[in-house]
Amino acid sequence: MQPDMVSKVKNHPKYRELLAKRTIFSWILTLIMCAIYYGFILLVAFNKEFLKTPIADGSVITIGIPLGVIVILSAFLLTGIYTWRANGTFDDLTREIKKDVQ
Amino acid sequence: MRNLTLFGILTTLLLSASVVIGAGVDLGQVQKQELNMSAIMMFLLFVSGTLGITYWAAQRTKTAKDFYTAGGGITGFQNGLAIAGDYMSAASFLGISGLVYGSGYDGLIFSIGWLVGWPVILFMVAEQLRNLGKYTFADVASYRLGQTPIRSMAACGSLVTVLLYLIAQMVGAGQLIQLLFGLEYWMAVVLVGVLMILYVTFGGMLATTWVQIIKAILLLTGASFMAIMVLKEVGFSFEALFTKAIAIHKKHEAIMSPGALVTDPLSAISLGLGLMFGTAGLPHILMRFFTVSDAKEARKSVFYATGFIGYFYILTFIIGFGAILLVSTNPSYFADFAAGKLKGGGNMPAIHLAHAVGGDVFLGFISAVAFATILAVVSGLTLAGASAVSHDLYANVFRRGRVDEAQEMRVSKMATITLGILAIILGIQFEKQNVAFMVYLAFTIAASANFPVLLLSIYWSKLTTRGAFIGGFIGLITALGLVIIGPTVWEDTLGFAKGSAPFQYKYPAIFSMAAGFISIWFFSITDSSARAKEDIAGFEAQDIRCQTGIGADGAVDH
Repeated sequence: MQPDMVSKVKNHPKYRELLAKRTIFSWILTLIMCAIYYGFILLVAFNKEFLKTPIADGSVITIGIPLGVIVILSAFLLTGIYTWRANGTFDDLTREIKKDVQ
Repeated sequence: MRNLTLFGILTTLLLSASVVIGAGVDLGQVQKQELNMSAIMMFLLFVSGTLGITYWAAQRTKTAKDFYTAGGGITGFQNGLAIAGDYMSAASFLGISGLVYGSGYDGLIFSIGWLVGWPVILFMVAEQLRNLGKYTFADVASYRLGQTPIRSMAACGSLVTVLLYLIAQMVGAGQLIQLLFGLEYWMAVVLVGVLMILYVTFGGMLATTWVQIIKAILLLTGASFMAIMVLKEVGFSFEALFTKAIAIHKKHEAIMSPGALVTDPLSAISLGLGLMFGTAGLPHILMRFFTVSDAKEARKSVFYATGFIGYFYILTFIIGFGAILLVSTNPSYFADFAAGKLKGGGNMPAIHLAHAVGGDVFLGFISAVAFATILAVVSGLTLAGASAVSHDLYANVFRRGRVDEAQEMRVSKMATITLGILAIILGIQFEKQNVAFMVYLAFTIAASANFPVLLLSIYWSKLTTRGAFIGGFIGLITALGLVIIGPTVWEDTLGFAKGSAPFQYKYPAIFSMAAGFISIWFFSITDSSARAKEDIAGFEAQDIRCQTGIGADGAVDH
C-alpha cells in the first residue's frame, strides 16, 4: 500500500468512525458470549438444584435443558447480529472510504 | 468460597472436554464385523461421486490460487457448510451422541463448550484473516514481519499440528472402518490415504471443499432423519421422550441435569483454554477463510457454520436420548447385555440407533457417512499441511518468493503425496497405541504457537519478528515438552510407573499458552534491532488493510 494512501485512509473521518464502532461492537459481543457461556457454566457448577427444577409442575423436563438450548441459540444469534451489522453498516462505511481514497 | 467456585467451573469444563477428546479416537476393544454389503454399496456410491467431483475440480484447478483456495470463489453459505463439515467429525457425531447415551445432560454441556469458540473466532479473526491473507495463516502472521523466520515458524506449527491430527484421524479411521465394514485395519488406512491423496492432488481446495460440503449435507440429513424417527417413536413429545429415557436409563433422573465429576481445577481450565483457542489456531480451519471472496462472505461463513453446528449438536442430543430408548433395550446391539457392553464400544450408540430406526440400509448409509466424514477431514488436513510446505517453506523461505506458480503447485502436489504416504505409515505404526492424546496435543500446540502469533500479529502494533519467532517456538516446544513429560505420554504411552511423570498435569495449555504469549511479548519489547523498527512501522498500513480490505485480492468466480 502506498504511504499517501495510508495517510489518506487514516485521516478519513469515516475510517475513525468505522474503527471505533467495530472495535466496541466486537468487544461487546465477545463479552456477551462469554457472560452467557460462563454464566451457564457457573450454574452447572454451583446451582445444580436450579438446573434440576422442572419447567412445570409434573414435567420431567428440567430448566437445564431449555437453558442449554438457549446458549446454543445465543451463539447463533450473536454471530447473526454481528454479520448483519458488519455486512450493513461497517461495509457501507468501508465502501465510502474506498470510494473517497481511490 | 471463591476457590470452591473456581473449582466447580473447572470441573465442569474438564468433565465436558475430556470425554470428547477421548471419544474421538479411542474406540476401545474393536472387533472386526462381518462384511456389511449395504454400507459398502453406499460407500462406493460416495467414492465414485466424489471422484467425479475431483475430476470436475481438476479441470478448474489451474493456478496456485485455485489449488489453495478454490480460486476464492466459494460463497459464504458453501464455506459455512464446509467449516461445519470440518467440525462435525466422526468423533463429534459418535462421541457426543455416545456421551448423551451414557450420561444424558453432560453431553449437552460438552457440545456447548465446543460451539462457543465460533462466535469469538468471528468477532476476532475471521474477516481479518480474509483481508490480510492469501493462502495460509502464515501470510497474515508474516504480513509486516520478516518472511523467512516467521514463515518457518508458522510452517513448523502448522505441520506439527496437522501431523498429530492426521495420525489421530488415521488410527480412528482404521478402527472405525474395521468395525463398520469388516475390512482389515491396514486396508482401511491405505484406502483412506489413497483416496485423500487423489482428492487433494487432483482437485485441490475445490474438490476438498465440495467433498466436505457433500459430507456435511449427508451427515445433517442422516442425523435429522434419525432425530425425526426418534421423535416419531414418542409421538413428537419431548416430555414422553424424556419420561421413557428416565425410566429405562440406569441413572434415572440424573440424566436430566449436570452430573458430577471431580478432578483438579487447574487441568480443567487448561483443557478448556486449549480447546477454545486451539480451534482458532488449526491451519485447516483457518485456511477456509481464504476460499471466500471478501470479508462479507467470511463473516457469513461463520454465521452459517455456527447455525449448522448448533443444529447438529441439538440433533446429537436427541439421538443420544433416542438410543437410550431404542438401543439400550435391545440385547442384539450388545456384546454383553448384562454388563451393558455395546458391540463396538461406547461410541457406537448412534450407529446402532441407525439400524434400529432404518434397518440395514440406513445403517449402511450412516456407516458410509462416517467413513466419508473421516475422508473429508483428512483431506482438509493434508491440504493445509501441503500448503505450509509449498507456499511457506518452498516458495517463500527456500526460494525467497522467486518461483513460478507451476513450480509451486508441483511442489504442493509432491508434498500432498508425501504427507499422504506418511499418514498411512504412521497410521499403521500407531495402530495399537492410544492416540487420544494426540488430538489434544494438536489443539494445545495450535493454541500455544499458531494462535498467539496470529492474534498478536493482527492486533499488537509492537510485535516484532524476533518476538514472534522466539515466542512462537517457545509456545510450541513448551506444549510439546509438557505433554511428553506429562502423565498421558510419560506413564500411559511410554510405560513409566504411575505418578513418575515429571509434570503432573495432563493438560498443559494454560502453561504453554502463557509461555507463548509472555515470551512473544518479552522478546518483542526488548527488541531494538532495525528489523524491529521496520516491523512496528509496518503496522499502520497493515491495520488499514485489515480494517478495510483495501488491497486484498478479489474473487474469481467459477
